[in-house]
Amino acid sequence: METLLQVNDLTMNFGGLRAIDHVSLEVRSGEIVALIGPNGAGKTTFFNCITGLYRPSAGEIRVFPPGQKEIRIDGFKPNRVTAIGMARTFQNIRLFSAMTVIENVMIGRHCRTSTNILGAILRGPRTRRQELETIDKSYALLEKVGLTRYANELARNLPYGAQRRLEIARALATDPFLLLLDEPAAGMNPRETKELDDLIVQIRDRDGLAILLIEHDMKLVMNISDRIVVMEYGKRIAEGTPDAIRNDPKVIEAYLGDETDA
Amino acid sequence: MEYFLQLFSSGLTRGSIYALIALGYTMVYGIIQLINFAHGEIYMIGAFVALIVSGVLTIYGFSGASILVFAAVVAVIYAAAYGYTLERIAYRPLRGAPRLSPLISAIGMSIFLQNYVLLAQTPDFLPFPALIPEFEFIEPLAHIIGSAELVILTVSTISMIALTALIKYSRIGKAMRATQQDMHMARLVGIDVDRVISVTFVIGSVLAAIGGVLVGSYIGQINFYIGFMAGIKAFTAAVLGGIGNIPGAVLGGLVLGLSEAFAAGYISSAYEDVFAFGVLVLILILRPAGLLGRAVKQKV
Amino acid sequence: MLPGHRSIKTALRTALWFMFLTLPFMVVRVNTLKGEVEWRWQNMLWVGLAVFLLAIVWDIALSNRHKRSDRKPSASQTLSRLSQRVFHDKTVYLPIIAGVFCLALLFPWLFNTYQVNIMVLALMFVVLGLGLNITVGLAGLLDLGYIAFFAVGAYTYALLNTKFGVGFWFSLPIGGIVGATFGILLGFPILRLRGDYLAIVTLGFGSIAKIVFENWEEVFNGAKGIAGIGRPGLFNIEMSLEATTTYIYYLMVALVMFAAFMTNRLKESRIGRAWLALREDEIACVTMGIDMARTKLSAYAFGAFWAGLVGVIFAARNTYINPNSFTFMESALVLSVVVLGGMGSIVGVMIAAMVLILLPEYLRAVAEYRMLVFGAVMVLMMIFRPQGLVSNVHRYYRKHSETDAAQKG
Ligand SMILES: Nc1ncnc2c1ncn2[C@@H]1O[C@H](COP(=O)(O)OP(=O)(O)O)[C@@H](O)[C@H]1O
Ligand SMILES: [Mg+2]
Repeated sequence: METLLQVNDLTMNFGGLRAIDHVSLEVRSGEIVALIGPNGAGKTTFFNCITGLYRPSAGEIRVFPPGQKEIRIDGFKPNRVTAIGMARTFQNIRLFSAMTVIENVMIGRHCRTSTNILGAILRGPRTRRQELETIDKSYALLEKVGLTRYANELARNLPYGAQRRLEIARALATDPFLLLLDEPAAGMNPRETKELDDLIVQIRDRDGLAILLIEHDMKLVMNISDRIVVMEYGKRIAEGTPDAIRNDPKVIEAYLGDETDA
Repeated sequence: MEYFLQLFSSGLTRGSIYALIALGYTMVYGIIQLINFAHGEIYMIGAFVALIVSGVLTIYGFSGASILVFAAVVAVIYAAAYGYTLERIAYRPLRGAPRLSPLISAIGMSIFLQNYVLLAQTPDFLPFPALIPEFEFIEPLAHIIGSAELVILTVSTISMIALTALIKYSRIGKAMRATQQDMHMARLVGIDVDRVISVTFVIGSVLAAIGGVLVGSYIGQINFYIGFMAGIKAFTAAVLGGIGNIPGAVLGGLVLGLSEAFAAGYISSAYEDVFAFGVLVLILILRPAGLLGRAVKQKV
Repeated sequence: MLPGHRSIKTALRTALWFMFLTLPFMVVRVNTLKGEVEWRWQNMLWVGLAVFLLAIVWDIALSNRHKRSDRKPSASQTLSRLSQRVFHDKTVYLPIIAGVFCLALLFPWLFNTYQVNIMVLALMFVVLGLGLNITVGLAGLLDLGYIAFFAVGAYTYALLNTKFGVGFWFSLPIGGIVGATFGILLGFPILRLRGDYLAIVTLGFGSIAKIVFENWEEVFNGAKGIAGIGRPGLFNIEMSLEATTTYIYYLMVALVMFAAFMTNRLKESRIGRAWLALREDEIACVTMGIDMARTKLSAYAFGAFWAGLVGVIFAARNTYINPNSFTFMESALVLSVVVLGGMGSIVGVMIAAMVLILLPEYLRAVAEYRMLVFGAVMVLMMIFRPQGLVSNVHRYYRKHSETDAAQKG
């Protein structure tokens, strides 16, 4: 298995607060890696750093896109990171709420298409071809997440669970090799969570994507992850297989210390 | 040297007026993250009410500094009432709306109020009765600082000290600070956030009206449009000091007033207004957090 | 629905409050110059009455607005549904378009020159509205100095024509390009600014532009403005004033169609979707791989392009320009066109421009109060109908296979 993402000693400070403290992490192809930890541990901040939304204070982030040379991406703009092949969802859903469901997914195709202003106005054969491809791919993705029938509804009118799945479809539309999911099961009922479980496994097995997942639902995490990394107060405190993590005394203590969730 | 001191005192005077208005912008922004575009209009309304009241009284034969005090009190009451109503009508129904909505509503309100005064009163400049008396004790310094300037500096200093005390020590001041920190939490601990917002608008309006009355009697004439430029300059002052930051607004006002006075005095006054805009654009581009503000990263 | 007891009481209170508020302004009129006071007590009566009725309507409208979220059909929803139906059904919208087009073509023969001239002005604002609609309505960048680009176009043609004798047709695209260039130049420094700061800075740019035109005598002839600008020509044919007006009218009709066509194409393209996404959520937008700088600049430049273009026509129509045609009020007017029409909605903007320009021209009573009305329109629209008269219609995307079937069938 080859490495796709390698993070070394990542550190992120907000003024005096150190939200991430020398965290290292690696994701290899075909893996589902879970990143867990109590609220405020720095998980989302970690995502923000590797997707370019925040510029890390220190550390290195390298990616190894399949079939390409390695690239050091710390300091890259978010759109470049996405173009390289890492896509994410957000903990507090950030859909384009006044756009339709299908348009949301089509936005994901932006970085894989190339029509410019002139092309869009003239709408030549190449533009049309790209546009049709975009529509088809988007429909295929909606089918995958089970939202086809909502395609032309406004995104904000979707039920909560469906919005989370739409975020996943939108991220997949950017053709990533690594998918980053930030608490995808938050607010879902058990049935929806089960469907999500199947969807994530399917994305890995059929589409061959690697997945890095932040999640509080322990059942889901234990079920699908190949490896789990635990963070607390910005530090990485443990890493291992689900079984090893379940029995790790440090992890148990971290979670007993914070009874608010998970 | 004398010219320098003259410019200095006129800059300080201007600056303290900017500071008075800027405080309203900064307080409202600190609490609901809205540029209250119509704030300049509240200042204009304050000045106008003072002009109407003192004008009527003068015509009916009253005179002296007591008119000024009375007119100022009425102006302050009216400005507060307008500020309160403005928030109720144009902003409160838009809590939680997309960010552009309250801003457009604010611009609409500003245009509305200007034209309301234009239509109900007059499009022309009206002379403002000279109400500030000439003090004798200032005679030896008259070539540097006039008595109007002295009054403006004194009144605005007192207002700012009063504001600081209010925010620091009073109950409502504490509630304001809590709301500014975290509106959601403030609501949870039982603070009536809507009331805090109303009070913020009222306080801001009172300060603006004081500024309006002072400027009216200093410059000597006003019209319906004076709020526009003053509003922009005061906003510049607020941004310069770091928007949301109360000492910042005062500092920003003084810095802007002084630099304007010196630029106009030593360079040219044709581009005086461009100067304020230039400062605004530069500060937003180079240091959007302002002189005293701290840069915050937007949470994702 | 009849207003309840409670809402009448509230309305009474509101009326009293507003009588108090407006007392100094509506009753007293003091002329400090002449030392005269005029008392207009009858105004109190009107204010009280008007506010009382408005307060009742306001109350009902606000409670309807809250009910809308409970999914009860309301008047405004019916309006939205109607517009959705109209725009999705070819058999409905094609005849309407054809009818409007015929009317537009016949207009100069049905009405006199004065009215054609007013219509030209309205059409200019349609194009300005369409341009600003790209920046504000689609991309969500609130530009309060939009009229500066219009001024840039007008001055470009005025200078080219009076100083170098350059013709109208050659200047037309140049005006657009100069406008767009300024859009990009001004856009660059403010890319990083948040929405509300952007609004203030663009307001600043707009005012600075006007001050520069006013004070730079050597180039722009200052407040006196530039006179003797050439009218648009047609193969050197001498035209009467009437004929020129008609000519400019058709030119404007063509330009409106052209602008609507281009905007629509862009809206339903990769670029237009990126603009919308930017308006909705900047952070999600960049994480979806969209280059924020390019997207913002393109929206800015494209909006400015139209303003520059119309500016050239404006200068050519009036043959005289001065800085007073380019104040904040003009920017506000274009903005209210976009707000009233509906952010992002092409048809809405066209209707709104017509309404806001033609109404004051034909109703003198409205003319006096026009700015008051524009201000009120902005506030009321934001509160009661933020999507505008005609809400932005989203294209209905079908699956490829369905599209094929539809084309064959
Ligand atoms: N933009 C920011 N500015 C300041 N502090 C932040 C910012 N983003 C996150 N933090 C802080 O960093 C810490 C980690 O937050 P976060 O990454 O959201 O945790 P998690 O996702 O694990 O719950 C928290 O203390 C949070 O308040
Ligand atoms: Mg988180």
